[in-house]
Amino acid sequence: MLRGVDLTVRRGESVAITGESGSGKSTLLHLIGGLDAADEGALTVLGTDLRTAPDRARAALRRDHVGMIFQQFNLIPSLTVAANLAFQARLAGRHDPARVRALAEELGLSPLMDRYPEQLSGGQQQRVAIGRALAGDPPLVLADEPTGNLDEATGDAVAQAMLALVRRRGSALVLVTHSLPLAGLCDRRVHLRAGRLT
Amino acid sequence: MSLRRAALVLGALLSHWRKRPLQLAMLLAGLMLATALWSGVQAINAEARASYATAASRLGTGALARLQPAPGSVLTTGDHVRLRRAGWLVSPVAEGQLRLGGARVSVMGIEPVTRLGLASAGGGVGETEELLRFITPPGLGYANAETAAALESADLGGLTIRLDPDAPANTLIVDIGIAQSLLRLEDRLTALILAEDQPVGLPPLTEAAPHLVRVEPGQGSTDPSALTRSFHLNLTAFALLSFIVGLFITQSAVGLAFEQRRPMLRTLRALGVARAEVMALMAAELAIAALVAGAAGIVLGWAMAAALMPGVAATLSGLYGAEVSGALALRPGWVASGLAMALAGTALAGARGLAQTARMPLLAAGQAAPWAEATARGLRRQALAAAVLIAGVPLCLAVGGLVAGFAALACGLLAAALLLPVALDAALRLAAKLARGVLTGWFVADTRQQLGGLSLALMALMLALAANIGVGTMVGSFRATFTGWLDQRLAAELYVTARTEPEAAAIRVWLGERADAVLPIWNAEAPLADQPGRVYGFIDHATYRESWPMLSAEPGVWERVAQGEAALVNEQLARRAELRLGDPLDLPGGPLPIAGIYSDYGNPNPQAMIGLDAFTARFPGAPRLYQAVRVPPEDAAGLAEAMRDEFDLPASAVVDQDRAKRVSLQIFDRTFAVTAALNVLTLAVAGIALLTGLLTLASIRLPQLAPVWAAGIPRARLARLDLARTLILALATAVYAVPVGLGLAWMLLTVINVEAFGWRLPMLVSPDLLARLGVAALLTALAAGSLPALRLARITPGKLLRVFADER
Repeated sequence: MLRGVDLTVRRGESVAITGESGSGKSTLLHLIGGLDAADEGALTVLGTDLRTAPDRARAALRRDHVGMIFQQFNLIPSLTVAANLAFQARLAGRHDPARVRALAEELGLSPLMDRYPEQLSGGQQQRVAIGRALAGDPPLVLADEPTGNLDEATGDAVAQAMLALVRRRGSALVLVTHSLPLAGLCDRRVHLRAGRLT
Repeated sequence: MSLRRAALVLGALLSHWRKRPLQLAMLLAGLMLATALWSGVQAINAEARASYATAASRLGTGALARLQPAPGSVLTTGDHVRLRRAGWLVSPVAEGQLRLGGARVSVMGIEPVTRLGLASAGGGVGETEELLRFITPPGLGYANAETAAALESADLGGLTIRLDPDAPANTLIVDIGIAQSLLRLEDRLTALILAEDQPVGLPPLTEAAPHLVRVEPGQGSTDPSALTRSFHLNLTAFALLSFIVGLFITQSAVGLAFEQRRPMLRTLRALGVARAEVMALMAAELAIAALVAGAAGIVLGWAMAAALMPGVAATLSGLYGAEVSGALALRPGWVASGLAMALAGTALAGARGLAQTARMPLLAAGQAAPWAEATARGLRRQALAAAVLIAGVPLCLAVGGLVAGFAALACGLLAAALLLPVALDAALRLAAKLARGVLTGWFVADTRQQLGGLSLALMALMLALAANIGVGTMVGSFRATFTGWLDQRLAAELYVTARTEPEAAAIRVWLGERADAVLPIWNAEAPLADQPGRVYGFIDHATYRESWPMLSAEPGVWERVAQGEAALVNEQLARRAELRLGDPLDLPGGPLPIAGIYSDYGNPNPQAMIGLDAFTARFPGAPRLYQAVRVPPEDAAGLAEAMRDEFDLPASAVVDQDRAKRVSLQIFDRTFAVTAALNVLTLAVAGIALLTGLLTLASIRLPQLAPVWAAGIPRARLARLDLARTLILALATAVYAVPVGLGLAWMLLTVINVEAFGWRLPMLVSPDLLARLGVAALLTALAAGSLPALRLARITPGKLLRVFADER
């Protein structure tokens, strides 16, 4: 599906990947996150060769160094907002309650900490997902259509918040989106067509 | 994985249950009930086995060989003295039953001084002073509290009873002389126990006591663990069936949890938890559930066993003469077995979900795969598996034996269960073709879609109903046959047991003037076809010719038996030894041809009958104490009373026909009380399985209901349709269970009973039983379906609208 894709992302840089449906945007993002494995080629993320790494090593990379944000939010429905926010940081062993509280404040989630995901709006859920991805202070954040399930106004607000937080922490961001205005907010934009970067 | 991380992920997995307490309750209830039914029966079996072992070790019947009189001969105190003088280390035993009204207590007479020489015989008596009291009349006896209470009102000639918690159940231990007196044995003994190590240079037993035979440990006809093996196996088989029905609930709840948590599992893996870690933690979660529910199940099983134990004890005593304590002790064996079964059952129930998790791709769509669709794919595989199992039935039957019989039964039941969803799906496909009207069409189509999710619960219900029909039909057939058989077998109006032979002779003379007929029935132990058995001598009389329950006989049978030219055998002996009419039967004094085979329900041992003259010639030493008496029924009570007065007989010495039948039927009913209790519990478990299945479906089928609601069908009507669906499916399952249950009854009557007890019964189908179980199935479905229907009727429009919302 992906052919001759050559992409290097530096620390602190935000890169938007755009393209039509089926062009391979999400596949590229999944490969970078170690959620999928490439048939051939080389893929090194933070020094880990993901082509040969076993499931346990790829899981460790995501857990310790990557923050993931999904279109469907993918929160754990049986945990509260507070528990969801802190979840990945605690998995990585980098849980800092003060940082989680600050993130919640910045994302406007402080009054919602004891609620469950089903009690939140889509925009609120996505803000929890962003907070969860950033709470462990990962060097790389991967976002797959983070505003795809939100209305325009909510999507804009969520995107602004996400970019501001990522930049402030100096993490690299790879963002897959259909939205050209959102892509325009990133440092760099690459376009995928039929599996090739253009 | 670090402990901290494991705890975090396990916490996330467990948080699923906090939001679904009912589902958790169902999971735990299924496991708990399954474990309770299994461990309860194991507790009963363990208690019974322990009682047999205690009796064997306390009385020295387990580890040491015994010398017993050969058929037709008598063992006396003189034999004991002669063998001791010859240097043989032997200790005498006098055993028998003491009748106390309707109850019986075993009396075990021992000789404490010689017994001390038998290292492993047990049954020793303590201090010298106590020893003197033990052997000096009126004597000292040992019994446990239960037995002592039963003996309170008995006339024991001034015997003092000392409480001994280690005494075998329902047994009084006394000095040999006291036992001979209580049992009216005069100077007769039951056996001599042989010490393991004997001095060298002794005269051989064939010279010293040619009329005694050596019986090795475990060989005798009195080994209760051998006699009751089939009873315990029957209980275990039923407990296993109940356990499997309970596992259906667990499988249903675990399956739903896996489906519901697919998105969570993907999220966990996306956030960096490795597949192996997820699997290990899910297994740990199941193990925690198994241990918690297993422990609760063991407590419940304990309570159930404690409630059933007195009935089982009465059954074992009445049916097999095996004495078992009615109380229950905590034994590590069955606790461990219960926990192991809970863990193994949970592993079995969770295996499919764990396998699906292992195979689940990380990037598949987030929605749960439709439950019904997934199960529908399995219908063909289920039919194939059922075909393989059905093929296994004749193979198991060809192997023969009780275990193979149960294996055939298991194959048949499992095949029937697997075919149930296939049959219901076929019926619904037919109904879909016949359906008129849009709502009916939707109802049938929707029912077909729900079938996958409900199939496990319906299979559990079917198994429970089939077990009820099968066992109920078997018990009903047995009871009807048994009642008819009792009428034939207990044809005489009175049965009299004298204390001594002179008294018996005097009674016969006295009765000669007052009764229509006196029919002596004397018996002696004898090996029959190499098995321990009993031979009866009886006189030729119309009573036998008219009413004896003969299964098959040669012409002129009664004349030939009366003339000592032929013998009758019971069905058990004929089946076990494969004897047919005309075959010779080896008896002391020479073989006799078999001229008739009669039914002998309730007796686990081989039995033969010969003419009284032939009997006295072949068994000259047999006690001649027992006789049946024929009188007009209206005179029976008066004659019994007069006889008691004339000979100062205890009440228990004269038994009238009504009382004998009543006691026999009481024993019969008690025998199957445990089975009936297990039946009801299994049906209750199936009801919970159905409830679990319905709640499972209710939680994932809103997307199917919301469009119908939006199209104008009110929630209350949808709820009524849901309840109707549950009732229709339960009724269809009950109809399906009828042939399965009757097949089970046929197998029980023609295979299991023949293997376990040695007799075959005619099958009598009870329409009443079938109608009652049909109603029970509907009530179970109504109870299980009401809560989900009520919830649907009260669901908020907001929840239904959420199905259509773009945002989640």
